[in-house]
Amino acid sequence: MPLAQTATTVPVTVNDDLCIADKGCTVCVDVCPLDVLRIAESEDGSKTAYMKYDECWYCMPCEADCPTGAVTVNLPYLLK
Amino acid sequence: MDEILDGLTQIDCDILVIGGGTAGPMAALKAKKKNPNANVVLLDKANVKRSGAISMGMDGLNNSVIPGYATPEQYTKEITIANDGICDQAAVYRYAQECYGIIQELDSFGIRFQKDQNGEYDVKKVHHIGTYVLPMPNGDTVKKALYRQLRKARINIINRYMATRMLTGEGRVAGAVCVNTRSAEFLVVRAKAVIMGLGAAGRLGLPTSGYLYGTYENASNSGEGYAMAYHAGAGLANLECYQINPLIKDYNGPACAYVAGPMGGYTANAKGERFIECDYWSGQMMQEFFDELQGGKGPVYLKLNHLAEETISEIERVLHIVERPTRGHFHAGRGTDYRKQMIEMHISEIGFCSGHSASGVFVDEHARTTIPGLYAAGDMANVPHNYMLGAFTNGAFAGLDAADFIADVDYASFDAGEVEAERTRVLAPTKRDDGIPPNQIEYKTRRLVNDYLQPPKVTAKMELAQKRFEEVREDMEQGMYVRDAHELMRALEASTILDCADMAAAASLYRTESRWGLYHNRVEYDRDDENWFCHTILTKGEDGKPAHRKQDVKPYVVEIAEDEKDAYYKQRVGASVAAE
Repeated sequence: MPLAQTATTVPVTVNDDLCIADKGCTVCVDVCPLDVLRIAESEDGSKTAYMKYDECWYCMPCEADCPTGAVTVNLPYLLK
Repeated sequence: MDEILDGLTQIDCDILVIGGGTAGPMAALKAKKKNPNANVVLLDKANVKRSGAISMGMDGLNNSVIPGYATPEQYTKEITIANDGICDQAAVYRYAQECYGIIQELDSFGIRFQKDQNGEYDVKKVHHIGTYVLPMPNGDTVKKALYRQLRKARINIINRYMATRMLTGEGRVAGAVCVNTRSAEFLVVRAKAVIMGLGAAGRLGLPTSGYLYGTYENASNSGEGYAMAYHAGAGLANLECYQINPLIKDYNGPACAYVAGPMGGYTANAKGERFIECDYWSGQMMQEFFDELQGGKGPVYLKLNHLAEETISEIERVLHIVERPTRGHFHAGRGTDYRKQMIEMHISEIGFCSGHSASGVFVDEHARTTIPGLYAAGDMANVPHNYMLGAFTNGAFAGLDAADFIADVDYASFDAGEVEAERTRVLAPTKRDDGIPPNQIEYKTRRLVNDYLQPPKVTAKMELAQKRFEEVREDMEQGMYVRDAHELMRALEASTILDCADMAAAASLYRTESRWGLYHNRVEYDRDDENWFCHTILTKGEDGKPAHRKQDVKPYVVEIAEDEKDAYYKQRVGASVAAE
């Protein structure tokens, strides 16, 4: 039983210009109760936080604790 | 990160506290303060800084017993009545006597409580009888304040490890098996005492949105405390007394009668009429809510649009910064404004949670479970209607008692085979090449919970649920498949959720009467005080399935007069009041 690739929109968005994951910041990844954020590294080596798993309680520590205001928590589409 | 690694480490501590939300941190602090030489470890599946039900804070204390406003006797009486008489009062009474001291302690941590012009606590009336609700103007700082205290007290914090099973030996607790949620490496913690503060089983029913994580409870509270207590052989009390709450539809957060109620807001039907006298959450209130929906007078709404601008601004200020701050985003997205429209409400999915009802691991007034050395506090322990202050206060009781318990004992020996068996169980989904992902196992379980277990409860439907759960269990044990450590955490949660679903069905079938309003509304049975004025205790039977027994309610400390017993059943607003 192979697995399918089903697309899903994610509620948490990160502004690449403001995110300082490049400098080693992992605050949003650290505080998330459901552990759904990760740091992505692009081909040029720059790093940005992103939502890897669509398992969000829209609780907001990632947005509230981000030192640069880069993170926005939207409501998951299914319930907004 | 998330790659599955092979690893097993063992550490020793005096007291292991599992769960860094509300009860856990207070338990750890109290134990350490009483015995500064004790090695206290606080372990959490997430990060203690932001874990648990109060991740973003709390808007107030729902059940403070403050001299001048309420007495311990009055509070104990109210909770006994709200919980339909099934209540060992000793734990509630001790809470009521000592929670004021905890409020003062929280105050000293920098958590402020609302005071009036005279400097007195500004306590509000929301309950049916007494006055216990105390707003917290800076309630968004609770977790930060707690974390500062944990650092100061040098509590050893372990984040991102999920406890999966208790270890027992010599008739008492011996420690816990834990697994790293980002690497799948194992950690065996030997402990002389273990305090569980793992929160509600909040991912049991499926929210109407269909989104697995759109739950009322913090979705990380998936019920591990209930499942671990069960597998360790502890007794669980009155699980059929589900948690069901009146919430904002789709958003699934509290409508916050406790904030809006004292300021003039209330629950209304589609005509904008009040239909319940008291917005305090109880099974009886939820039954009225359900009846209004079923009776064609719904939807049910939170009504604020009759209030003055300054009152509404204040309600918004409180509700949009604490507990569930995305609530403001939600209303903005829908174009709803408290000034103009009423806010549609609905009935939540079911869960286990003593914090709001009475379904929990059985504990006494010292937070002791039925297993020596094992404690439980907060939403997962069966002291009814605990809320946040109950978690703090009962957590304190657990910490204090555990500090004494460890003084006289060494580590209990346990069978190393138990650890090996648990590793095999946990890692099974990582050993397959393909199969069913955990989210599908979880979705199916929870969809079946909604289909068959949601009240009103029907015997034949609950029996069908048991059959379907068995099939899902077979699929889970033989075919669940994960690709990384994160998915493994979800797989373990799916297993917990299925355990809780089994317990919910079994407990509900056992109590052949109706009680607690909607929470245990069994359509084929009326209330039956003669046979069922008792606790039901669920344990793991010899056959590995739930076993049941009745347990007497302990003689009351505070007597309840005959004419007071049904006060919570007299909630429906009379015609004359509704016509106003």
